[in-house]
Amino acid sequence: MNLKGKKVIALGERDGVQGGALAACARGAGAEVVLEKTYCFV
Amino acid sequence: MTETTLAPPVIRGVRFFLAHAPGLVCHGSKPSRDIAREPAVAARIQAALRPFEAARDYPPTQVFLGAFHPDRLHDLPRPWFRLDKPGERRGPHGEIAPEEELYGLLKIADAFDLVSLERGFVAQARAALSDHPLVTPADLARLGDGLADGEIAARLAGTLPALPLTLRSGRRVGAIVAGHEVDGTLSADVLLENLATKATAAMALRGLLAVEGIEAASIDYVLNSGEEAVGDRYQRGGGNLAKAVAAEAGCARATGVDVKGFCCGPVHALALAGGLVASRVFERVAVVAGCSLAKLGMKYQGHLLHQQPVLEDVLVGAAIIVAADDGRSPRLRLDALGRHTVSAGSSQKAILEALVVEPLERLGLKFADVDKYATELQNPELTEPSGSGNVPLLNYRGIAGLAALRKEIAPADVDGFVRRHGLPGFSPTQGHIASAIPFLGHALDGLREGTLRRVLLLAKGSLFLGRMTQMADGLSVLLERNDS
Repeated sequence: MNLKGKKVIALGERDGVQGGALAACARGAGAEVVLEKTYCFV
Repeated sequence: MTETTLAPPVIRGVRFFLAHAPGLVCHGSKPSRDIAREPAVAARIQAALRPFEAARDYPPTQVFLGAFHPDRLHDLPRPWFRLDKPGERRGPHGEIAPEEELYGLLKIADAFDLVSLERGFVAQARAALSDHPLVTPADLARLGDGLADGEIAARLAGTLPALPLTLRSGRRVGAIVAGHEVDGTLSADVLLENLATKATAAMALRGLLAVEGIEAASIDYVLNSGEEAVGDRYQRGGGNLAKAVAAEAGCARATGVDVKGFCCGPVHALALAGGLVASRVFERVAVVAGCSLAKLGMKYQGHLLHQQPVLEDVLVGAAIIVAADDGRSPRLRLDALGRHTVSAGSSQKAILEALVVEPLERLGLKFADVDKYATELQNPELTEPSGSGNVPLLNYRGIAGLAALRKEIAPADVDGFVRRHGLPGFSPTQGHIASAIPFLGHALDGLREGTLRRVLLLAKGSLFLGRMTQMADGLSVLLERNDS
């Protein structure tokens, strides 16, 4: 998937992949992260 | 031994008090918000509430009460709520009470006439509670005579905002009023949460003292570690529930304080209690954690979607006693605390390295030297229908994956490691209760009987939920068989 120039919403979860990690990957792939959040579902 | 020598702390015992609360599901955070938007939701939830016997017999409940080991859940076919093998109300690790008794206990724990119960229902609750071994004649006197149904209706229509208290059947049996006309921190729903927390924690502590034969007056200090916050508009969440619980459990010579840390509050409190005992500041410290009423019915939408009962209908309170070494009880290894520090990073790998790898390395231990890891133990039957997955399994795969990365196990053995050193989830989604401590009763049994040598309790806290930091938190403590 080519994320260059795309806007990304990074929604992570505490017990899986956190929002910050998703955002870092997306930025590394050239995307603009417009929202990053980590949720706890329990 | 001089006064300056550290006293190795042990965990003397643990006790759980579960209360079936189907009538309160509508006051859980998610259901109450949805019902306010769409009143028809209330009837859909009510139609899916299960009777007391079903909640009592439910295999995860029986595991919580200590009737059988969590690993036996691996052998039971899912869904577990369809199994109908009868179970006992009381087990080696605690009890589950029906909602009629819970409402009576809320009234007994109420020092401000917030709860009013209907006269006929008070007689019913009194009859049920009079047989309870932990309820005293003084408690029964605090139930009072109750009010006429018209007086309950008047309270609900009065100047103070109020909430009705109903049974699973829909029968209104009482009301709870706010503590102030406009103060949101003393609203009826907040006070209901806090009273339920106080009552369930106090019953767990009473039960623990009784079963361990410990004098209530010998408890020096109480650490309350739940997520519920008491206070008023000038100090929201700044209050102290520990001392209220201590009083309710008869610990007349104790004081105490609340320790907050989201889901990892109880493990932080265990570490603090160990430190207080080790340093001889106190000889016996009770760590308590009341229920999390806000989480009742949290995943109800998924349960209704999959035509299953609304299974988040149980409140849980817990009590643990940390004391000076008695030569028998499992040791709390203060030299092996795992801390998720500010600089550790919030990735799952970073958290597990801080909570598992670092403390084990400090003791020269390998992953397999810990017999059981007790981490997030939420029952998957509660979380999977709403798409939240099997949370314990996710965490155990993370631990096993780290063991594989460090070449302590083969990658092909990840599932085997999870089965041997992990646990199936069996806890209600009761916030801080579900993190690590549900296994504590089984852990103490195994460490005493010799089937276990080491158990690591590790809990994570979602600090980011409070919007003050993006960080998570976590703490782990190692329990070890007492060989002295």
